[in-house]
Amino acid sequence: MTEEKRIVLRNADLINPKKIEDYMQAGGYQGLEKARLMSRSDLIAEIKKSNLRGRGGAAFNCGLKWSFVPTDAPVSYVVCNFDEGEPGTYKDRIIVQKDPQSLLEGMAICGHAVNSKQGYIYCRGEYPYVVELLNLAIDQARGKGLLGDFDIEVRMGGGAYVCGEETALIESIEGHRGEPRFKPPFPGVAGLWAQPTVVNNVETFANLPSIVLNGPEWFAAIGAPNYPGTKVLTLTGDVANRVSIEVPTTATLREIIYDFGGGIKEGKKFKAVQVGGTSGGFIPESLLDTPIDFDSMRGIGATLGTGAVFVMDETRDIVDITTRIAKFFEHESCGKCNPCREGTFRAYEIMKKINNGKAVAQDIENLTILSQVMEKACLCGLGQAAPAPILTTLKHFYPEYQARLQIH
Amino acid sequence: MVNIQNIILSFRDKPGGIIEAFHAVQKEYNYLPEETIAVAAGTFGISEAQAFGVATFYSYLSVAKRGKYVIRMCESAPCHIAGAEALIKAFEEALEIKVGETTADGKFTLELTECVGQCQDTPVITINSVPYVNLDPAQVPAVLALCQ
Ligand SMILES: Cc1cc2nc3c(=O)[nH]c(=O)nc-3n(C[C@H](O)[C@H](O)[C@H](O)COP(=O)(O)O)c2cc1C
Ligand code: SF4
Ligand code: FES
Repeated sequence: MTEEKRIVLRNADLINPKKIEDYMQAGGYQGLEKARLMSRSDLIAEIKKSNLRGRGGAAFNCGLKWSFVPTDAPVSYVVCNFDEGEPGTYKDRIIVQKDPQSLLEGMAICGHAVNSKQGYIYCRGEYPYVVELLNLAIDQARGKGLLGDFDIEVRMGGGAYVCGEETALIESIEGHRGEPRFKPPFPGVAGLWAQPTVVNNVETFANLPSIVLNGPEWFAAIGAPNYPGTKVLTLTGDVANRVSIEVPTTATLREIIYDFGGGIKEGKKFKAVQVGGTSGGFIPESLLDTPIDFDSMRGIGATLGTGAVFVMDETRDIVDITTRIAKFFEHESCGKCNPCREGTFRAYEIMKKINNGKAVAQDIENLTILSQVMEKACLCGLGQAAPAPILTTLKHFYPEYQARLQIH
Repeated sequence: MVNIQNIILSFRDKPGGIIEAFHAVQKEYNYLPEETIAVAAGTFGISEAQAFGVATFYSYLSVAKRGKYVIRMCESAPCHIAGAEALIKAFEEALEIKVGETTADGKFTLELTECVGQCQDTPVITINSVPYVNLDPAQVPAVLALCQ
């Protein structure tokens, strides 16, 4: 059986998150100290070598992303994506509530690597109580002079899911409507206030102190070779134990649901699991032995995404849940591009029709074509991923759709 | 209550600070009273249309008057399967209003929201941003009684 392995949550419940002294005693800020003794290019090379890939969903190589920031840039920014808007996800909240200093230390390490003096944490508006803790943690770190000439400011989001997309997030920090930008230029070249900017997820940053301290080989040897390290997962839905756990990326879905989640609640049977949040694919029983690493999940047409694990038992109505999810995307589409603004609206319309037993086979045909167009034609990841729940449920749970169709 | 002008002015030197200013006003008033838009536009040197565009983009911000207690019910998938709909109905019945409305005495506003990040204990509501978790319809009167 796979055991929990804690890197990001190494201090969770062992230290008082409100006391920086506790964090220091547990070895805190030694990673930053070591990083500052390295040249910027050596530090970036180490992170690249560790093969740490972004934990916000896209799994891009972290060190490689940092290397895009021009070395002669006079101003650059480090931005932490703490928008956490993906339904079913609460891992970044857990990380910050249990150990805020590890995030700050990780951001300061990145600051050294890209020569940045200013960091921003973009925290979702729904977490005002976490903003308070973060501000306290920043004050303590600043007070002890640990951050040096690197400063960190917390900004609050406003309840728009799309603001988790990195360029929309940047627009939002700039005080605008959070609509994604056309890329290129990528943020590494022209991001916040048109300056080179690194955007990373909370969990990505929180991994850094340990990687610097223990070396890239140590990290690269944990979990799956292509996506090494651990992943913090949040279990929701019909599992017996709705817990958050940190496991090596070789753990399989079955181990996660049955060993850590304690199986299905009330002795019922498993029906489906949606991994990666509401934009993730639905996975049937037959694929549960897949490891959670990014590439393995891709291989079964799913996504690791944020690491949300939403379990549904045998009594759950797949068509109804997918309809609810279609409403989510219709609501959260920012409206900037046509395939998504119109597409999410029509997808929800057709899903409602199916859910209400008013649809015919042609509607499913249309929905499939629409979904395929959206995956290719939408400007940002919101519209591109919106059809995933529809397409994967059509694929794995087609009889449930069929049973809803009108026969004529 | 703190003057809206003073609240917004204190964010003047913050680049992109308009959203922070809106949050600060909403913290005081529970919504953005009408003058907020004009004052913010003047302070940050943008048109009123732009300031309004920012305020209305974000679902957490409200330009409509709201009650003293804003109850938001999460309807994302994990809360949905945990009985969010029955809970919404129970609130609607207890408050005698529909989602999106405010009670006549200005005490309660009922809204829907997407996931608020407490999905380990579904279904979830927030009252003025404080989460209340694992609720069932029978607990609605007790929850409302907390709001005095
Ligand atoms: C619609 C949408 C929402 C997103 N939401 C988040 C989010 O809440 N948190 C996050 O870290 N990344 C989110 N992302 C991914 C970010 O755009 C970006 O890839 C990530 O912050 C990069 O950090 P990482 O490389 O450390 O993962 C979202 C992307 C899209 C398209
Ligand atoms: S895909 Fe959707 S959310 Fe993304 S830019 Fe287009 S309309 Fe906006
Ligand atoms: S799904 Fe309701 S709080 Fe996350």
